[in-house]
Amino acid sequence: MSKLVQALNSARVRGWLYQALFVSGTLAVGWYLVSNTLTNLSKRGVATGFGFLNREAGFEIGESLLTYAASDTYLKAMVVGLLNTLTVSAVAIVLASILGIVIGVARLSSNWMVGRFAAVFVETVRNVPLLLQLVVWYTIMNRLPSPREALEVVPHVFLSNRGLKFPTFVEHAGHGWAFLALILGIVGAVLVVRYGRKHRETTGKPFPTLPLALASVVLPPVAVFVGSGAPFAFDVPVLAGFNFEGGAAVTPEFTALLIGLSVYTAGFIAEIVRSGILAVPHGQTEAGLALGLSPAHILRLIILPQALRVIVPPLTSQYLNLTKNSSLAVAIGYPDLVSVTNTSANQTGQVVEAVAMMMAVYLIISLCIAGFMNWYNRKVALVTR
Amino acid sequence: MSKDSTPHSTAALAASFEEEPSQASVTSLPGGVTALKPFGWAKNNLFNTKLNTVLTLLCCAILWFAVPPMVNWLVVNAVWLGTSDECRAAAGACWSIIVVKHRLIFFGTYPFDEQWRPFLACALFVAMLGVSGVRAFWRPWLAGAWALVLVAMGVLMWGGVFGLTHVPNDKWGGLPITLMLSVFAITLAFPLSILLALGRQSSLPAIRSLCVGFIELMRGVPLVSVLFMASVMFPLFLPEGVTIDKLLRALAGLTLFTAAYLAEAVRGGLQAIPKGQYEAADALSLSYWQKTTLIILPQALRMVIPPIVNQFISCFKDTSLVTIVGLYDLLTAATVATTDPEWRPFFAEVYVFAGLMFWIFCFSMSRYSQWLERMANRYNRR
Repeated sequence: MSKLVQALNSARVRGWLYQALFVSGTLAVGWYLVSNTLTNLSKRGVATGFGFLNREAGFEIGESLLTYAASDTYLKAMVVGLLNTLTVSAVAIVLASILGIVIGVARLSSNWMVGRFAAVFVETVRNVPLLLQLVVWYTIMNRLPSPREALEVVPHVFLSNRGLKFPTFVEHAGHGWAFLALILGIVGAVLVVRYGRKHRETTGKPFPTLPLALASVVLPPVAVFVGSGAPFAFDVPVLAGFNFEGGAAVTPEFTALLIGLSVYTAGFIAEIVRSGILAVPHGQTEAGLALGLSPAHILRLIILPQALRVIVPPLTSQYLNLTKNSSLAVAIGYPDLVSVTNTSANQTGQVVEAVAMMMAVYLIISLCIAGFMNWYNRKVALVTR
Repeated sequence: MSKDSTPHSTAALAASFEEEPSQASVTSLPGGVTALKPFGWAKNNLFNTKLNTVLTLLCCAILWFAVPPMVNWLVVNAVWLGTSDECRAAAGACWSIIVVKHRLIFFGTYPFDEQWRPFLACALFVAMLGVSGVRAFWRPWLAGAWALVLVAMGVLMWGGVFGLTHVPNDKWGGLPITLMLSVFAITLAFPLSILLALGRQSSLPAIRSLCVGFIELMRGVPLVSVLFMASVMFPLFLPEGVTIDKLLRALAGLTLFTAAYLAEAVRGGLQAIPKGQYEAADALSLSYWQKTTLIILPQALRMVIPPIVNQFISCFKDTSLVTIVGLYDLLTAATVATTDPEWRPFFAEVYVFAGLMFWIFCFSMSRYSQWLERMANRYNRR
């Protein structure tokens, strides 16, 4: 008896006991829910399992990177939705970063007026729900004039209620090769940067990293483009009848979602950039000046590396938020992952599988972005002894 | 804060140096003695370099071109109390759509003659929010008062007692839905988040991994998918014959989602407690729960009040997503108001109005949270 009491008083035994209780409790609740779900599903005559993914979807999707028709499978429909989500998120991340950095720096400007402008922008977009902003952008897009009276934003770029029309290069096989050359050029630039850093660290001599890296990115694709004889002509959108012909277009839904996501997230990124720059004490700039560095060097070698350390972690979560927020597309009819999944679930009744798949995909995207940014964060992190 | 203070008052200047030395040193604040004179101030802050002069002129040009048309649209040419035909004829904003539709925007499809009830409920709620903002009132009775107010709100909205007619909650809509969903979600999520945060910090691996799994799952997926799950999967989870209405399902989804984010805020507070506090509690041979409730949580929760307010703001904004699962919140009500064929052209006015509503709530709360943060750090500054 006393042994049992002794055992019960030991922290380890009690730890095991609590965990066993907790896990079995969770399992019991989980089992109860699953069994209820199975009973309910069988009562409604809904099939279970992922077999439905191979069946014909039977619904059209407004825009798609792949060729997709209503006769394709649910699986393909979901892949199309996922690609749409990724496209709009990727473009919006780039736009939001640029806009956010500009606004964040503007808010710190020594010019009082510029600072006020930036502050008003930030306080407005951050304090109004994203969904409202999206609905507003979408309504504006839908009530733009028809293609006949389209607004010409810049020459040959038209904004109408059919979306945004812009010129593209006339198609040619050389484009693919030029794109390949661009990728190789980027790889080359990374190698140049690495070599340059190593060279500087071992010899202490400066190395023209920036010009060489730029040349590596720009020259090969241009050379291939010209060398392959690709025509330097544009396919310009022209008004024909009631709509445009030629050029490329993005739909009003995509445009509204892109603008809404970029503007909203830029407000948050601006605050992150501002706090990152403020986090570097002014003494650092003064010390740089005392060492005789030029302002550009001070910014690049002293301020930015320290500011990035503060900026990157919250920036990661903003990128994640943006990707997750792109799911609001469902409210304005852009066929993203959520909206396609939702249609599939409604048609097949296999809600559990559909929602589980959707959540799993978002989780994987989140983990990938988080993993990449953690890797980057480790690279810029302070190395302490 | 330097960015709020009128820049040409020396008192504000001094205060701003005290408040945030790092910011004061980077942003160029109104320089020295000349700061007292507007002319010198302008010279120092608007025209001190060539670039700044150009930027200032550019800003002035934008203002010159943007402000007069905006003022004309908003005020000068606006129709305040006209019919829709007068609005169509006018060049300015048509505020009479707000006058005509304000009951719909605020209270949705709630029975027209009973709309004083949601109005009273919202007024009670806002008053309570104001009272909770005062630090002198942060006493245990405040929690009791909140409980009372929430019960009163429920009675007012539902009715069925004290001679109030019963209004089923699929008739509810507008501002009360937005307010109630956000405040109930955050209140219910708070205790759950404390348990999750403690679980995540626990030394017991099974409990820790389950909590981490839940938190990361919820933070990794969009709220829309959680709301979908709540609205379509919860009914399947329940045994036969038990139903749970749409509002409660959305609330449950919102609560679970908010709890995961709040748990991370609470964890931040737990991690900020010096290790000595834990060790001192252990040395006094306090049990785990004694240690947690008497030593750790009182200190940790004080630290996480500003992040909790921020979470409340984002919860308030996120509530607008319930429109996707078919609930009638402020934003849905505003959208419905714009679909009336008679008033269809005047969507901008309605969205400006709805946006302003959200903005007023969120902006005042975020200002409040900034103030709280400053108050909290008041004694930590050297």
